[in-house]
Amino acid sequence: MTEHPSPVAASPAAVFAHRHLLGIEGLLPEEIVALLDLAEEAVSVSRQVEKKKTVLRGRTQINLFFEASTRTQSSFELAGKRLGADVMNMSVGSSSVKKGETLIDTAMTLNAMNPDLLVVRHHAAGAVHLLAQKVGCAVINAGDGAHEHPTQALLDALTIRRHKGDIYGLRVAICGDILHSRVARSNILLLNALGAEVRCVGPSTLLPRALDRLGVSTFTDMRKGLEGADIVMMLRLQRERMDGSFVPSVREYFHFFGLDAEKLAFAKPDALVMHPGPMNRGVEIDSAIADGPQSLIREQVEMGVAVRMAVLEALARNLPNGGA
Amino acid sequence: MIAGKLSEPARPLVLEGGRVIDPASGFDAPGVVHTAEGRILYAGPASSAPTPPLGAETVDCRGAAVIPGLVDMRVFLGEPGAEHRETFASAGLAAAAGGVTTIVTMPDTEPVIDDVALVDFIARRARDTAAVNVLPMAAMTKGLAGREMTELGLLKAAGAVGFTDGRHSVDNALVLRRALTYGRDFGALIVNHPVDPHLSGSGVMNEGETATRLGLPGIPKEAEIIVVERDVRLAALTGGRYHAAQISCAESLDVIRRAKRAGLAVSCGVSVTHLALNELDIGPYRTFFRLSPPLRSEADRQAMIEGVADGTIDVIVSSHDPQDVDTKRHPFAEAADGAVGLETLLAAALRLYHNGECDLVPLLKALTVRPAALLGMEAGRLAAGAPADLVVVDLVRPWICEADRLHSRSKNTPFEGARFQGAVLRTIVAGRSVYESAAA
Repeated sequence: MTEHPSPVAASPAAVFAHRHLLGIEGLLPEEIVALLDLAEEAVSVSRQVEKKKTVLRGRTQINLFFEASTRTQSSFELAGKRLGADVMNMSVGSSSVKKGETLIDTAMTLNAMNPDLLVVRHHAAGAVHLLAQKVGCAVINAGDGAHEHPTQALLDALTIRRHKGDIYGLRVAICGDILHSRVARSNILLLNALGAEVRCVGPSTLLPRALDRLGVSTFTDMRKGLEGADIVMMLRLQRERMDGSFVPSVREYFHFFGLDAEKLAFAKPDALVMHPGPMNRGVEIDSAIADGPQSLIREQVEMGVAVRMAVLEALARNLPNGGA
Repeated sequence: MIAGKLSEPARPLVLEGGRVIDPASGFDAPGVVHTAEGRILYAGPASSAPTPPLGAETVDCRGAAVIPGLVDMRVFLGEPGAEHRETFASAGLAAAAGGVTTIVTMPDTEPVIDDVALVDFIARRARDTAAVNVLPMAAMTKGLAGREMTELGLLKAAGAVGFTDGRHSVDNALVLRRALTYGRDFGALIVNHPVDPHLSGSGVMNEGETATRLGLPGIPKEAEIIVVERDVRLAALTGGRYHAAQISCAESLDVIRRAKRAGLAVSCGVSVTHLALNELDIGPYRTFFRLSPPLRSEADRQAMIEGVADGTIDVIVSSHDPQDVDTKRHPFAEAADGAVGLETLLAAALRLYHNGECDLVPLLKALTVRPAALLGMEAGRLAAGAPADLVVVDLVRPWICEADRLHSRSKNTPFEGARFQGAVLRTIVAGRSVYESAAA
């Protein structure tokens, strides 16, 4: 394609030298590319009849979810199993935390079981960092509060790359509840690192302060925000935020910020539509668009498994006795 | 106060060979200080010193400075109710080691200090167990609920030096107005923690770029500024004595400055942490840096220092707030506010002096004579007849803060590993040495 300073990864293991994946922040562009390249291989593996690899044979992976998430948890579970790991799911949201056990206590208990990989989802920003300081294994952030959700950003990037060939120079509009979105933060960091032009679109009550300092331009008029966009990335709006606290009503939100054919027409004709799921049809996205020809939403789910396989494999190589 | 603890009277002292600094008078020269019977007999140049009192113990202060003991107007304790965090005894040791000779305790305990009998309890417990002077502030409203005022007159007579709802902001303007109006009849100091609870909402740190990056809900500066504005107007309306416990934003400082220019009985404090640190120090979600008010921007920190230097900010406090593992070892948004600070109050303040950010005398004024004056105490100055609450400090001696070596029962210091210059060699309360540095 055209000449640009897009990074090229040498060998994934050589490039990705981190113990944990806590966020996109702190990753170099070539490290991101290395993970995406590794994920490409995982896509092929996942499409074979024989989907099993053995790189995680003998390894124990614990999925520790303090916040329920069927899709992310099952995606990590499948990824681990395809790589041969023993996977255990723990949903702590309802049990020990309510009994007064602290996050650290839970972590120490799990640590005593000698896991190799710990996948953590928590409702508080920074909780995964805290946990990573206290355990001896590799930790993957599967979403912490409104902070980061790195594997989501990676799977979005992989999906985009497979359709557009490259991320450099693309115009990406991230639309909706930016304020509370970890998906938005991780995507902003990743897309900027790979040279995309990132726009954030939403009502002012859902745009965090000083967002421009993160290297994005902001729009409160969706039509203007979508103008010339290659990618339209929709975010989920939590029901409890539509009751007058952040936006007056579902109806009003959909009117101004719901993605329908009329608004999508402002983007490029070949623009692609994405959503991290689960979708609120009729709130942030019209069903016709979600299921339409420009939608990549189902493919995102497939890429999710591949990206998580790549992340698990990259981190496992850096474990003691990980080999390469 | 301390005399009741030990049967024998304090031996007279002669502190000689040091630099004597009295921020109240501006005296700063080599000199001597004589004490007897818990009071200062003389402080000034050696040449005009009287004959030392009979049987006096001589303290060699060469290479060090003699300053008034610090008066810390904002100290949270765990006693009564949470003694695992801090007691009068442990806080007293921490204070003595930090050169603080008077601590003013907040009423946020279990039970809340909103009753005469409880003020009396503090006075007795502190007298029996604490190494330094302890003066309680009582609750402004019953149960800190922000609705009905406490018995301001009776509480003041029992020894309460001020009235505050501690960590809680009194957000009902009518309640604050009544407290200021009624308190005026007793000369009561009404202290509010200026934070609008609705505007700060679920916020846990300063609103802005750093909070956005960390994905943490922010507290806008306006949550403080609006309340300071409101409170100052109520002070004007009532003529009462108003003190903003802690401010953190440049704009709040402007409001206080205007109020003072208008001649209102308004004063304010700042925590030394807000003078020494800013929001970036939170780094990767370090909960010991979670405070109320939150650490603000570098521009705000600079403004706070300027406020101390020009006297707009009356007092520097530690806002000592012992928190334990059970409240701090949580994700940032779920952890409690607060940091210990008694032992680092002087050293952290001296950092500003050593950095060239503020002169020594304005700093010391805000740590000694100004809080003493607000509280109606004679302490905080080196004058004949004043209580012999003194600190001998080596202003340049370097040391490293290690949490494990703090005397406080709680170790939640934001200064872990910090390099300080300025070490307390000896702390004297009512003429009696209550702390001597091992290295001295």
